[in-house]
Amino acid sequence: MPGPILEARGLHKHFGHLHVLKGVDLLVQERELVFVIGPSGSGKSTLLRCLNRLEEPSAGSITVDGIDLLDRRTDINKARQRIGMVFQSFNLYPHMTALGNVALALRKVQGRGRAEAEARAREALDRVHLADRAGHYPGQLSGGQQQRVAIARAIALEPRVMLFDEPTSALDPELVGGVLAAMRELRESGMTMVVVSHEMGFARAAADRVIFMDGGRIVEQGPPAAIFGAPQEERTRAFIGQIERNHA
Amino acid sequence: MTFDDFLQAFFSWEILEQAWPILWAGFLNTLVLSAVVVPLGFIGGVILALLSTLRSRWVRWPLIAWVDLFRSLPPLVLLVFVYAGLPFAGLEVSPLTAVAIGFFLNTGAYYGEILRAGIESVPHGQTEAARSTGLTALQALGHVVLPQAVRNVLPDLISNTLEVVKLTSIASVVALPELLFQARQAQSVTYNATPIMAAAVIYFVLLWPVVRLLSRLENRQMAGRR
Repeated sequence: MPGPILEARGLHKHFGHLHVLKGVDLLVQERELVFVIGPSGSGKSTLLRCLNRLEEPSAGSITVDGIDLLDRRTDINKARQRIGMVFQSFNLYPHMTALGNVALALRKVQGRGRAEAEARAREALDRVHLADRAGHYPGQLSGGQQQRVAIARAIALEPRVMLFDEPTSALDPELVGGVLAAMRELRESGMTMVVVSHEMGFARAAADRVIFMDGGRIVEQGPPAAIFGAPQEERTRAFIGQIERNHA
Repeated sequence: MTFDDFLQAFFSWEILEQAWPILWAGFLNTLVLSAVVVPLGFIGGVILALLSTLRSRWVRWPLIAWVDLFRSLPPLVLLVFVYAGLPFAGLEVSPLTAVAIGFFLNTGAYYGEILRAGIESVPHGQTEAARSTGLTALQALGHVVLPQAVRNVLPDLISNTLEVVKLTSIASVVALPELLFQARQAQSVTYNATPIMAAAVIYFVLLWPVVRLLSRLENRQMAGRR
């Protein structure tokens, strides 16, 4: 087995007096889909945001695709092209069309010409089944469509790892399916994914591994069947019981 | 004063015909002056707004002091200081240079505050999304944040521009032959108020369409915020 594509060791994060991450180790293998669950304030989103250095870890090390992310000599903007990110609130650029949103980094970061960037952007939109919405502005799209455009914006750069930060929690229930379908197809194409989400059905069906975090630490991890079916830790049991009651 | 006297003093066609070449030259100078000081002030504003995005206290406090100073000083005082005060320090400046410096300092501070508010109105998630795709901080600002910021404060920017164009009339105190200065010249030569009246009408004709546009934009923004 080749080495992990993403390797985070001993991550700590302080916000002032708040100690949000208390020594987290996370290894992700190529083509693996890792789910991170946990109560709000458990540090799961902070962990994800450290993995592309949107948050600066207070201590620890992160290597992605062989690049030491925290090394001063690393060009973080170059490294970030290998790490796609999808946000809870989509964060599409409202003044650009779907195509413009996807093409921006292809042009400005990768330096491609307009024609080539737009061709690649169309391909990416096609992968999330929104090729026919290329000329629409975010305000003219549903939340689910916006999130799929956001996925296209990330995958157009051909990242090695994709990070999803609660990608469906801002969506109306009837729009969740389309986003999960896009994520499933991405997974089937062999993308390595780290997903912070409470979509248990999706986790059961698609995840290789589920990580439960609480209080800034990883409490327990394992295959979805084990974590959801027979959690070892009391805190995991309580949390999963809570989630299942909410979704019943 | 009879009605005919009144007409003769304020609306004399004969006087207008005599004064028109002088007024027209003044009008053109006002246009040129505006075309110099508006971009200059705007550039000053962009610089201040960009500096305000830096978190460092070494930038923050001097910036606040700078903006406060030039928003507090009356523009006329600033202009007179630059034109009549600086020569005592050995710095002779032409009227146009004095006006350019004064406006850069004064209107730059106002444009800067408007643009800063615009930048702050753009959600931080926009910057994060842009940075997550590898854009540099400057690229994220230029391609993602600033276009939205400008759109969000467009009515304020236009309103300020309107004020700046009107304020170019203070250049008359440093003998720059813009519209008001020329009208005063014509008035003193003809001993008649018609040139001043004409200057007022020219300002109105020039700026009223902008005022209308502004009202429409403001109404549209109100509707958008429902």
